[in-house]
Amino acid sequence: MRRSLILDVSVRLLYPSIIVLSLYFLFSGHNQPGGGFVGGLAASAAISLRYVTGGIESVRRSFRLQPWTILGFGLAISVGTAIFPMLLGGAILEHGTLKLHPPVLGEIKATSALPFDIGVYLVVIGLVLMIFEAFGDDHDHEIDMIESPTAPARSIREEYRPLSQHSPASAWLRAEDDST
Amino acid sequence: MIVLLLIHLLIGSAILLSGDRWGRRAFAVAAVAPLATLLWVAARWSTIIGDPGVLDDEGHGSGGDAVFETVGWIGGLDLDLTLRFDAFSLVMTLLVSGIGLLVCIYAIGYFSHILPGQSRLAGLMTLFAGSMLGVVWADHLIALFIAWELTSITSYLLIGNDDRNPRARSAALQAIFITGGGGLALLLGLIIIGQSAGTYRLSEMVDSPPSGGAVGAALVCILLGAFTKSAQAPFGSWLPGAMVAPTPISTYLHSATMVKAGVYLVARLSPIVATIGDWRALVLVVGSFTMIIGGLRAMRQRDLKLLLAYGTMSQLGFMMLLVGTGEYKIAQAGIVLLLAHGAFKATLFMLVGVIDHQVGTRHIRELHGFGDGWLPVKAMAVIGAASMAGLPPLLGFVAKEKAIDTYLEYGDFTGADATIVVIVVGSILTFAYSARFVLGVFGVHGSTDNEVRSRAAPAPAWLFVAPAAVLTVLTVLLGVFPAIISDLTESALLALDPSSTPSTVKLWSGFNTAFVLSLMIIVIGTLLTVFRRPVARVQTAAAQPLRRLPTTDGSFGFIIRAIDAVARHVTRVVQNGSLPTYLLVIISTAVLIPVIPMIAEFDRLPQWVESPIQIPIVAIIIGSSIGAALIHRRIAAIVMLGAVGFAMAALYEAQGAPDLALTQFAIETLGTVLFVLVLRFLPTRFVDLAPAVVRPIRLAVSVMVGAAIFVFAIVSTNARSDVAEESISTEMVERAKPDGEGKNVVNVILVDFRGVDTMGEITVLLVAAVGAAALARGSRQYDREPEVERTEEPVA
Repeated sequence: MRRSLILDVSVRLLYPSIIVLSLYFLFSGHNQPGGGFVGGLAASAAISLRYVTGGIESVRRSFRLQPWTILGFGLAISVGTAIFPMLLGGAILEHGTLKLHPPVLGEIKATSALPFDIGVYLVVIGLVLMIFEAFGDDHDHEIDMIESPTAPARSIREEYRPLSQHSPASAWLRAEDDST
Repeated sequence: MIVLLLIHLLIGSAILLSGDRWGRRAFAVAAVAPLATLLWVAARWSTIIGDPGVLDDEGHGSGGDAVFETVGWIGGLDLDLTLRFDAFSLVMTLLVSGIGLLVCIYAIGYFSHILPGQSRLAGLMTLFAGSMLGVVWADHLIALFIAWELTSITSYLLIGNDDRNPRARSAALQAIFITGGGGLALLLGLIIIGQSAGTYRLSEMVDSPPSGGAVGAALVCILLGAFTKSAQAPFGSWLPGAMVAPTPISTYLHSATMVKAGVYLVARLSPIVATIGDWRALVLVVGSFTMIIGGLRAMRQRDLKLLLAYGTMSQLGFMMLLVGTGEYKIAQAGIVLLLAHGAFKATLFMLVGVIDHQVGTRHIRELHGFGDGWLPVKAMAVIGAASMAGLPPLLGFVAKEKAIDTYLEYGDFTGADATIVVIVVGSILTFAYSARFVLGVFGVHGSTDNEVRSRAAPAPAWLFVAPAAVLTVLTVLLGVFPAIISDLTESALLALDPSSTPSTVKLWSGFNTAFVLSLMIIVIGTLLTVFRRPVARVQTAAAQPLRRLPTTDGSFGFIIRAIDAVARHVTRVVQNGSLPTYLLVIISTAVLIPVIPMIAEFDRLPQWVESPIQIPIVAIIIGSSIGAALIHRRIAAIVMLGAVGFAMAALYEAQGAPDLALTQFAIETLGTVLFVLVLRFLPTRFVDLAPAVVRPIRLAVSVMVGAAIFVFAIVSTNARSDVAEESISTEMVERAKPDGEGKNVVNVILVDFRGVDTMGEITVLLVAAVGAAALARGSRQYDREPEVERTEEPVA
């Protein structure tokens, strides 16, 4: 696979930034635009950048855990958060609040919605990793096998000719038979 | 009672889980369950039976009190597991647990050579016993149905236990198809009568019988269930097939208990519904046919076990004739017959098993009589067969006398006289096949072609024959002193029909018509036995034209094959593998069904433009959508779709929903990337191979979808105005900060107010991810197989 230097370098800068941004979305989601879902999607966008530059191997290197582990872990956290209040005798998903006063940062408030959101975040990331694993895992020879069944267009007009003038695949297949 | 059922479940599962570790000792463990039940019954005996002989002022007797037990199940549907234990249940429980206990002991002797999967029989048998107790104890019709089906399933597993034997497998399959099909009809019937009676409780239905137009059809459905279960003609073909099961199983399920479930149900319902619709006529016709056909076929059998199986069919028909009329006097004879049949048929089955086990055959041509030490077996065979034939002074005689007597005296409904003739003829046939059984055991039918093995066969161990001996003693004892069971049957009758006045059960009720008929039965039966060769010739000749008719086995096979063929055909049409067709069907359904009611609500159009910025955004959306539909290159189409998505995000932003816009933006980006990922596996251009007629259809569907979404959007936004609360979003916004501890209302809704929804959604995400991975892997492995080398670039 050919690699583009410009893409490589920019992804090196962009990837950590987008991951940080996604974490920001995740943690600020309760009071500002964001949340676990958006955060997870942003992180997934970062992952897809990695994929575009380095293929599936690059994605695998950036996440040591297997996609299904991340998926399962995320779901477990969310469901655990939902069920935990029931074990204490409360209603499902009943929320609690924790207020901390660390010395420098001032007041930090965390609700029990946060672990739930973290779970959602992980599930989204896991899903995208899984799809890359499923459809993105290819060897070069496989790509070679995939060929356009239509002949390459020789002009812009041919490229965007109307549907009715388009020759069906059967015609093309016949042409190929003739040529071989 | 529920505890006893749980004991059955526990012991049964324990034996199943332990595999073959316990060997035949598993049957000793299994015996604990019926033993516990019998002890429990004994403790309540006097309460349940009461004193039916004492009459009140109006001349009505009163039985004992029933024991009720209710376990809440699905409260919202008024479905409770209500158990009721009255005197009639007691009669059935005696059969189920009494014979169950004896069969367990018998099985220890029968399974002396350990084969794999034998202990499983003990476990399944215990589970079956529990289900059968469920049938006879259930007061709620739905609980009864579930127990009923459980008996069918355990019966299937027991018949097919020898899973390497194709005959066992097909017999099991046939049994569960027929009884299961009847079970479905039964469920339908039970629901209809439950709804029309206003109660699903059998004990309450006596006071509020079902009424209404559908009840007649419901009763036919119920009878269908009962007839299939009790192997009535023409559904009886599974019972002889079920004889491939080991003899203890046949003894227990297919003679003593399970096949009586249908009789039990008919007996329970007859006092309530006998006069409604065609109940009585159906019972009489089907019962008569079964009694005669079963008797005739039993006379032709050479396998002793099959002889008994057809005999059982015949006797079950007899029982139907007795309990299904709704005349309580006749029903009492039916109760006596239930007990008598349980005793003698179990005995005979056990003895056939003993012979089979010791000699290695049960074919009457291969039996040549037995040597020393076999006297007890021969004596018991004679007594059992005599009881079956209805010879005095045995319990079978008592039952048949009472049956004929009560039919003569109280049979004042249409068809009663014909039924008496049927009973007499059936009894003559019963006498004939009983005699054939005895002669077979004594070796009279033995042919010289076969090696004389039976004379040298070792006599069975005492424990092996002890259960049969117990039943034989009961047959004689209860026959001579029927007073012992008189109270039991009277109370059982009162439990069935509280308004009845039962009579005592007697051995000798005087020199009456019934006795004359009994004498006639014995005389003609003896003649049939003496002239058995000419009779057999006549029977064969008479059966010749009948051979042209399809047999029940044949029709069953035909029906199964026909269902297979139809299923294949339907699958070929419905699941033709064309993705466009599937999509067409799914989309049209999804669009048409909700939209039709919506069009009625479609009254006013909203304001088209709210702010100028919307105009360019919408222009982009419309332009890109049309472009996506027209472009041939896939990648270009996806870019167009992406443009639609990003424009939507801009629209959200313009409407003041940054959260939504952010999500839309992220999804659109990711979606495009993933699309491209999959796209590499597809041709770069859309290729349309479909015939020209398809295009207008597709166009129509697409336009329809667009129109439907348009209508949907407008109607659903307008629908808000009808709701009393102006907008629930106001409430959400107000509650977000105090209740959800968050300023971002959307997120508070996602993780708190509607958190459970989100949880469900991420679960769906997970399932989708796993599904996508499996699909991709599976299909690519398929792709990899044809390793075609392509050497040449296609040139146009």
